[in-house]
Amino acid sequence: MSNPQQLRYSKEHEWLSAADDGVATVGITEHAANALGDVVFVQLPEVGDTVTAGETCGELESTKSVSDLYSPASGEITEINQDVVDDPALVNSAPLEGGWLFKVKVDALPDDLLSADEYAAFASGN
Amino acid sequence: MTEPPAIRKTALDATHRALGATMTDFAGWDMPLRYGSEREEHLAVRSTAGLFDLSHMGEITLTGPQAAELLDHALVGNLSKLAVGRARYTMICDADGGILDDLIVYRLDDQEYLVVANASNAQTVLDALVARQDGFGAEVRDDRDSYALIAVQGPAAAGILKQLTGFDVDGLRYYAGERDMVAGKSALIARTGYTGEDGFELFVSPGDAVAVWEALTEAGREAGLTPCGLSCRDTLRLEAGMPLYGHELSTALTPFDAGLGRIVKFEKTANEGRFVGRDALAAAAEKAATAPPRKLVGLVSEGRRVPRAGYPVVAGGAVVGEVTSGAPSPTLGKPIAMAYVDAAHAEPGTEGVAVDIRGSHEPYEVVALPFYKRA
Repeated sequence: MSNPQQLRYSKEHEWLSAADDGVATVGITEHAANALGDVVFVQLPEVGDTVTAGETCGELESTKSVSDLYSPASGEITEINQDVVDDPALVNSAPLEGGWLFKVKVDALPDDLLSADEYAAFASGN
Repeated sequence: MTEPPAIRKTALDATHRALGATMTDFAGWDMPLRYGSEREEHLAVRSTAGLFDLSHMGEITLTGPQAAELLDHALVGNLSKLAVGRARYTMICDADGGILDDLIVYRLDDQEYLVVANASNAQTVLDALVARQDGFGAEVRDDRDSYALIAVQGPAAAGILKQLTGFDVDGLRYYAGERDMVAGKSALIARTGYTGEDGFELFVSPGDAVAVWEALTEAGREAGLTPCGLSCRDTLRLEAGMPLYGHELSTALTPFDAGLGRIVKFEKTANEGRFVGRDALAAAAEKAATAPPRKLVGLVSEGRRVPRAGYPVVAGGAVVGEVTSGAPSPTLGKPIAMAYVDAAHAEPGTEGVAVDIRGSHEPYEVVALPFYKRA
């Protein structure tokens, strides 16, 4: 599993890359993408929506199940990845890159996000 | 305190791990869920061939001069009429007509049958057969540890198998099974499956499983034989409209409720026509003919949200049924489901039927099963 060091991770298996302008990109981790299996439908929040850390803001449908999508941080949605809406398989093939889900303008990052090493330990215990 | 039973591993466990399989606990067995993309595995079975480890299935052997009579008494089918070398889809019911399991029964010899039960029900089936054997000159043997089961399914399956056996593969009919050699190992070669494709199920000794798997892998390399997990097995059988115990079948339902009344044979010759569940099933047959309860139907959507087992089927604001299985269909490219629906809404083409998908009513078309039939 690849968990890049520069990202932060949530216990709901999202990754988040904080940028300098306060806009963070969010996706699901490789571990989560593997656990889900082929993703066939992605429902994302809309641009302008306000999301709250730890609360559901969409869903990911795979062959076997449907999973809630949680926002790892609070803020306003500034962009969604239309590519994954059109081609949900991107979540499986490139969860950390082309399969990103949305961008959110965050006020402050929650304290309970994990580092790459902490997340790797957390995910392997799952 | 008693320890929970250890999870069981098949003879092919190390093979699955070497292939990088994602494993899952299925009925107490550690089984491959998928090796890569379950969608690609599904499409491989439809277009070329897939290779499955189904060693979790429960084998029970019946032998003896009255093995046929015992099965006629214990099951709903007419197994004494089954020719040697042939197989039959049948069920075992309780005295109330409720389905204990659905089964494939192979007649291996005049006085020898192999009953194949679902992993989750194998102990129940074994216990029921033992409980029902009194007075019959037949032996019931638990053979779960005697077999590994490897399936090759798909249009290229026969061509792959032919490379490994001198047996007349083309001469083996659908729902037939005979003992011969595969890759130098003795096997029961059966033309059966759970995918909606032509294919074979090979019952081999667990000690031969790796050799047979590897020989099939090698023989199938050119055709594109793909190792397949249980995830695609479920979507394949769903497209083929095949029921799965615990979803479409349960002890709360009779074969008539499940639309499978045709497999209940009232005209049995053995035991003066008596068998376990007969009276209840006769009543269920009459009810199905006069006042049909819910019917098992197919549902197809043009949308993208997928119905799952347990979701309500609605029409005109009222609940008219319940989804039993649902998945995105890789072949059709849209969500499909099986559901029990009130007879008034069960006709193909019925207007105004929807599935309540987590609070939102998504329109679904009622269609006849199966969703997919091979050409």
